[in-house]
Amino acid sequence: MSADSTSAGSTRPVVTIRDLRKSFGEREVLKGIDVQVHAGEVVCVIGPSGSGKSTLLRCVNLLEQPTSGTVELLGAEVTDPDVDIDRVRTHVGMVFQQFNLFSHRTVLDNCTMAQRTVLRRSRAEAERVALANLERVGLADRARAMPAQLSGGQQQRVAIARALSMDPQLMLFDEPTSALDPELVGDVLGVMRDLADAGMTMIVVTHEMAFAREVGDRVVFMDDGQVVEDGAASQVIGAPREERTRTFLQRVLDPTHRHDTARASGAPAQG
Amino acid sequence: MSVDLSAPAGRARMSPRRRARLSRGVQYVVLLAVLAVLLTTADWSAVGQTIFNPAAAGEILDRLPRAFYNTVRYTLAAFAVGLSLGTLLALMRLSSVAPYRWIATTYVEFFRGIPALLVVIAVAYAVPIAFGVSFTSIVAIAAIALGSVSAAYISETVRAGIEAVPKGQVEAARSLGMSHTRTMVQVVLPQAFRTVLPPLTNEVLLLTKDTSLLFIIGQTPAFFELTKVGRDALSTASGGLTGLFVIGACYLVITIPLGLVARRLERRTGGRA
Repeated sequence: MSADSTSAGSTRPVVTIRDLRKSFGEREVLKGIDVQVHAGEVVCVIGPSGSGKSTLLRCVNLLEQPTSGTVELLGAEVTDPDVDIDRVRTHVGMVFQQFNLFSHRTVLDNCTMAQRTVLRRSRAEAERVALANLERVGLADRARAMPAQLSGGQQQRVAIARALSMDPQLMLFDEPTSALDPELVGDVLGVMRDLADAGMTMIVVTHEMAFAREVGDRVVFMDDGQVVEDGAASQVIGAPREERTRTFLQRVLDPTHRHDTARASGAPAQG
Repeated sequence: MSVDLSAPAGRARMSPRRRARLSRGVQYVVLLAVLAVLLTTADWSAVGQTIFNPAAAGEILDRLPRAFYNTVRYTLAAFAVGLSLGTLLALMRLSSVAPYRWIATTYVEFFRGIPALLVVIAVAYAVPIAFGVSFTSIVAIAAIALGSVSAAYISETVRAGIEAVPKGQVEAARSLGMSHTRTMVQVVLPQAFRTVLPPLTNEVLLLTKDTSLLFIIGQTPAFFELTKVGRDALSTASGGLTGLFVIGACYLVITIPLGLVARRLERRTGGRA
């Protein structure tokens, strides 16, 4: 699509996470994570709820302050207190499970606000960029609508357009389809697939295994605050090496056989 | 032990629906009785003489527009101070700098705890002595005294509004590279004010009534507000309480529409998901 799209497998690292730890009070949620993401790569992070996936993602742009370890983002060590995190964040788009559109502003304003105040673009320029990105997610005709007037799927696509309007070099997706009605998931995943095809570097925390396998270049499987398996998407999902990965995949891909893989705490699925 | 619903056993007692209808009837009867007692026991000729005396009402009529205008002016001045100071206090209360939080908390507890009348007197008489200033306009006294008091209440309202803005809104703004301050100004405060618009309207209503406290300070006729005019009318020979009655009606002209606006806003914001 775009001329400068980078092919997957480029060697320039966009994100380098080293020995990342995060505790909430006594509870350690991340127990030493090492992950690297290269330009143009789509990395899907999967794992059971409570495994620390979202926390890991939120540590990348410092919405969550890591307890220890380092995060290097686009060549800047974001964990260093001297780095201007606001500036680094302008290059990193984030999409949330709950969309988080600014509910008091129109769709267009949502997409232009940060462009104008942070990037200091003129109103005309900001609106041009915003409309181009709304067009990209198929919602240019709703530019004047208020977020509450849109469906969840539309809101999430606007949220993606809003993030893209900052011309990010990396996109973070935090369970972008988990809050959506099933019939609306497809539209959002479609937009994300287009984005991946255009060469965007993406980290996607998701429960959509089909998406992870088809669109992801790599899959990172996390459990209990650790990276259990990190490899090519087809390998981790198609032929997992670790027992814990296998157990998890069995459960999500075939939920009706839950009792086969129930763990110590597992209650029988049916009475 | 089986229950037969069609059995006439319940006939002895009244069914719940019949009982409800009877109770409603009793309530109407009580209401009518109270009204009848009030109407028959009041001395209507005396009421006409001292409370609804058209002649006495006519005497203060020419002073009403000015007084009405002054009451509105004092209210708006006090609200302007109350809103800005209240917002500042709310932000201080939520600040990560502990002394700011202490100051804001102390302020709120202090001004909520003392009567507004004392504050009015203090500002009118103590402040000029302490700071060597003299107020040439009652507007300034209204703004400082009533504004300080209402700031305490408004800050609590605004703080609740700020805390009601979902955390995700802040995270979205910060993830776009917006600074803390910019996020506050462009995302959090606009949404917070939208939620607290009904209680803020209510605050204006309360302030309108509080401007009556300004009667205590010496005023020149140009600065008379409604209550001052009403009290002066009390001391003139004719009419007795009619002046107060007229003044009361004037306050209602301001406060009833404000109340309606507040309720309307409440419905509008309440309906939003």
